[in-house]
Amino acid sequence: MSNRSNSSNQSNHREERKIMLGNEAIARGAWEAGVKVSAAYPGTPSTEISENIVKYEEIYAEWSPNEKVAMEVAIGASISGVRAMASMKHVGVNVAADPLYTISYAGVGGGLVLVAADDPGLYSSQNEQDTRCVARAALVPVLEPSDSQEAKDFMKYAFTLSEQYDTPVILRTTTRLSHSQGPVTLEERQEKQDVSYEKNIAKYVMMPGNAKPRHVYVEQRMKALEEDGCSMFLNRMELRDKKIGFIASGIAYQYVREACPKASVLKLGMVHPLPKKLIEEFASQVETLYIFEELEPVFEEQIKSWGISCIGKEIFTRQGEYSANLIRRAVLKEEVQEKVPAAVPARPPILCPGCPHRSVYSVMNKLKLHGAGDIGCYTLGAVPPLGVIDTTICMGASISTLHGMEKARGKDYINDWVAVIGDSTFLHTGVNSLMNMVYNQGTGTVLILDNSTTGMTGHQEHAATGKTLKGEIVPAIDIPGLCRAMGIRHVLEIDAFDTEALEKAFREETARDEVSVIIAQSPCVLIVKEKKKTTRRALRDKCKKCGMCLKPGCPALTRNEDGTIAIDETMCTDCGLCVKLCKFDAIQQIDL
Amino acid sequence: MENRTKNIMIVGVGGQGTLLTSRILGSITMAAGYDVKLSEVHGMAQRGGSVVTFVRYGETVAEPIVEEGQADVLIAFETLEALRYAHFLKKEGAIIVNLQRIDPITVVTGMAEYPEGIVEKLKKEYAVYQVDAAAEALQMGNPKVFNVIVLGVAARHMDFSREEWLSAIEKTVPPKTVEINKQAFLKGYEGQ
Repeated sequence: MSNRSNSSNQSNHREERKIMLGNEAIARGAWEAGVKVSAAYPGTPSTEISENIVKYEEIYAEWSPNEKVAMEVAIGASISGVRAMASMKHVGVNVAADPLYTISYAGVGGGLVLVAADDPGLYSSQNEQDTRCVARAALVPVLEPSDSQEAKDFMKYAFTLSEQYDTPVILRTTTRLSHSQGPVTLEERQEKQDVSYEKNIAKYVMMPGNAKPRHVYVEQRMKALEEDGCSMFLNRMELRDKKIGFIASGIAYQYVREACPKASVLKLGMVHPLPKKLIEEFASQVETLYIFEELEPVFEEQIKSWGISCIGKEIFTRQGEYSANLIRRAVLKEEVQEKVPAAVPARPPILCPGCPHRSVYSVMNKLKLHGAGDIGCYTLGAVPPLGVIDTTICMGASISTLHGMEKARGKDYINDWVAVIGDSTFLHTGVNSLMNMVYNQGTGTVLILDNSTTGMTGHQEHAATGKTLKGEIVPAIDIPGLCRAMGIRHVLEIDAFDTEALEKAFREETARDEVSVIIAQSPCVLIVKEKKKTTRRALRDKCKKCGMCLKPGCPALTRNEDGTIAIDETMCTDCGLCVKLCKFDAIQQIDL
Repeated sequence: MENRTKNIMIVGVGGQGTLLTSRILGSITMAAGYDVKLSEVHGMAQRGGSVVTFVRYGETVAEPIVEEGQADVLIAFETLEALRYAHFLKKEGAIIVNLQRIDPITVVTGMAEYPEGIVEKLKKEYAVYQVDAAAEALQMGNPKVFNVIVLGVAARHMDFSREEWLSAIEKTVPPKTVEINKQAFLKGYEGQ
């Protein structure tokens, strides 16, 4: 093991406790660990990590255009000798997988931590993948905290481990942990001496001849971690009643404590590699062993492969979030006192009143266009009443999937299709796909919904907004110019509320035998700072109850009992979309 | 073993300010020396979807969520949401419901109907305290503070003093809005 001295000398301080969001605690842990560089791309449930890190002046923090770039920025910082981190949601780890798998071989200079936020229960994601599976494949250790205090403590310790074992470390969190608050004891920042850089191509140039011996090292490192993990404070055996024992980590541990406070628990804080001897010892102490882990049977399959008998996914689901009631039902066979939920209409998320996407989608809906979609608020266009998005796979996929359709079925097949992508997502990975469409002689029409922000995750800056995470004003990447630089001749910039111009553009560009880009521009209604001066009111005497204005599904519009239209004047932003749809002049502008 | 942890749920429609309310609760319970955990919803559901926030406090709190059949108090910023989550309440649980109706998109598009007589239905099973906070907030000249009025009504059913509440509000809301939020709280707390 490379042995790096840990120069922490903790000064005396009075104890300060604060209630913190899991993500806020992770940011605090990074600060206390002396981190100097943090890079990330926003994604629920990881976004608030960077939003809190930026409050610490000692840390350089940025929004990178995507997770691969963020990971590489952190790697560079680590190689240069400082403690560095990247944070992202679980699917972002896929984007960052390429550098991750290889930095696992190269190891680190200054401590390097990747925070990966999983989303069991799919609160705001396209799949339920388990980062522990990625970590096993990439041969990277993983720590998993179970409350805000541990989120801070484990984050700090991750840097120590990273330097001690010459490895990147993943701190895994989940939505429930990231978005829960609990008390945290604050400590001082440990200023870390930067590791001095020494050229070392055997370690940092991963060509085959160098990677081979590093692979050997990686196997040794993981073995050492497996053994050392048995005595690390991260993994804790809590022996109580020995009839039932649980192995659990993260938030699942809290459900065990809630449902079975008297049962024995082996609480794992390092979830990869597993401390085999400790698990064997625990298993030998308890009568029935349950493995209680959300998502994939990662612990269970390993533990069963060692010949230890235990119960896991036979009774606990692989889907969604766990709960204490799940244990009460499946293990304790308790009748959980549960009432039947009332049958009530669903309330799915929707586009906000005044959202520019609604205006663009109402035109697509009128023209019966199909949308090859992407990731963002605008995915909500898939559901009624707009129903214009046919596919959503991952960041950047809109343009490339449309191109694939054309290559499979020919030009005419995509005449009533457009690729729909947001500005932040376009810069994330859409650019490559557009380049491909041009290069390989596609003829697709690409619609960029440019609302000048990363909307869904709560309004983060990106390279085309002209502002950084730190709030500095910088030159904005020119999206139309970028498209033109690829050789695209038809790049149209249209106001997202100019439905006539949009209709004309859709008709002409989808018919055109070359790539064209329509950029629908209007800032996200939630970032518009000016106070609105006007709103709209529906006139009962003029309203013919035809319902045309309801078609785009604006939440500010409802029907009165007599069937006429009512407009919620506090919600209405006077975007004017319903006015254009009303043939009877029944929607009047009023001053506020 | 009896669980003395107090379980509170705040439900509503994304954008109604459930997060601010839960943070005031977090502040007051921690100041009172309790262990406390809160769980919130960020991301997609905040765009007009159904949102729920959990607050649990007591001697020691393990899980951050409130499960079905365990809530002591359900604070609902919207009437339909009160009905959606009522089954989370204990038998003797209380509902504080704001009499505001926001039609979900499923209702607006005619795919579903907004249920009639929700409050009457809930009153058959639970202690229900209703408030038309939107109207009261409008009277105060600031429609945004309706959520703190609702919290004021709920506070009557919790074990903290007037001073503790006001101090928690002061610590939690943006400095410029302290006074209006305190007024709004007292409107709910001390009654009309």
